[in-house]
Amino acid sequence: MTSSTTGGAGALLTATALRKTYGSTSALDGAHFSINPGEIVAVMGPSGSGKSTLLHCLAGIVTPDEGTVHYRGHELSAMSDAERSALRRGDFGFVFQFGQLVPELTCVENVALPLRLTGVDRRSAEAKAVEWMERLEVDTVRHKRPGQVSGGQGQRVAIARALVASPRVLFADEPTGALDSLNGERVMELLTEAARETRAAVVLVTHESRVAAYSDREVVVRDGKARDLAGMAGAA
Amino acid sequence: MSISHTLLGLLEAGPRHGYDLKRAFDERFGHDRPLHYGQVYSTMSRLLKNGLVEVDGIEAGDGPERKRYAITDAGITDVGNWLGTPEKPEPYLQSTLYTKVVLALLTGRDAAELLDTQRAEHLRMMRELTRRKTGGDLADQLICDHALFHLEADLRWLELAAARLDKLAREVGA
Repeated sequence: MTSSTTGGAGALLTATALRKTYGSTSALDGAHFSINPGEIVAVMGPSGSGKSTLLHCLAGIVTPDEGTVHYRGHELSAMSDAERSALRRGDFGFVFQFGQLVPELTCVENVALPLRLTGVDRRSAEAKAVEWMERLEVDTVRHKRPGQVSGGQGQRVAIARALVASPRVLFADEPTGALDSLNGERVMELLTEAARETRAAVVLVTHESRVAAYSDREVVVRDGKARDLAGMAGAA
Repeated sequence: MSISHTLLGLLEAGPRHGYDLKRAFDERFGHDRPLHYGQVYSTMSRLLKNGLVEVDGIEAGDGPERKRYAITDAGITDVGNWLGTPEKPEPYLQSTLYTKVVLALLTGRDAAELLDTQRAEHLRMMRELTRRKTGGDLADQLICDHALFHLEADLRWLELAAARLDKLAREVGA
């Protein structure tokens, strides 16, 4: 496995010297990143700095022009599309700014979806989904459709869906971006509590420092480069 | 924070000894900085002199005698005036951070590094407050939130300053 500038030999996911350009715009310019099992890392930076591109490369959604991403010793770009898709269904979970729930399904069906896609029968999948909805305090909306619930409830449903298949890595891109302070805070409490219990690593992209404060360490992306702030603190 | 007004306000609920006042203050407002006994007694003697409190009773014990203080009508008016007067917003125009950034630029040091180090320290403190808030009661949450919002404002400034370092370097002639 390729070494990285951060993390260590036990790293779960490692990115080395990532470069990615869109037309003439450079989104990533030699970015390094690493996360250990059970660790919550906030990826911060101004708009357009490349933080979402970094997340997409780490999750195998986008292929970098240069550089490598290794997940548990396997290079993502060396995998087939089917293998990468399987990884995103099983080992990876996703939460975005807007829940991206399937509007035609009820909330419990949405949460059960990742399990159903891996072949779990409906009854077992929904029983597991309800457990997660209880944990995220949204079991009361289980039979409603996403359009019938509040933004905060929808986001908790999305988190339940992301965690239901017990992913090893949860990718959260501005998970509280569309919520007010109180709701955002509760969502972060529930998300980090659930992740710590399940030992899922969390890549948390955010521009809000109050959200980043729920992480174990922060990486700042600036001009396409990622800088690890761990170890820099220490007031005079 | 005005300690004398806070102690006066605590006395409005009923007469108390100096020790009880200190304890009530520390429980509600002294999370990080508990009062010294000396502060309580010097404040009470000043309030006494100004007619804002009076001695409600004296108890003799083994040690020094204990005075019980009560708020006067003038004291109640004073608390009301204090609560009704808005605090002056402090714009921090000449902050230490700004000075450090300019000095770093003028002396050819790495100002971006300085800003990142400060940012890491702010985030470390925010993480600590967030942990304390998560395990705390409503009073803890509100106190921590107040600190968190201020730190967040500082962090925004740090980000803006980092984005404008080149321009600032030119303007200060570095």
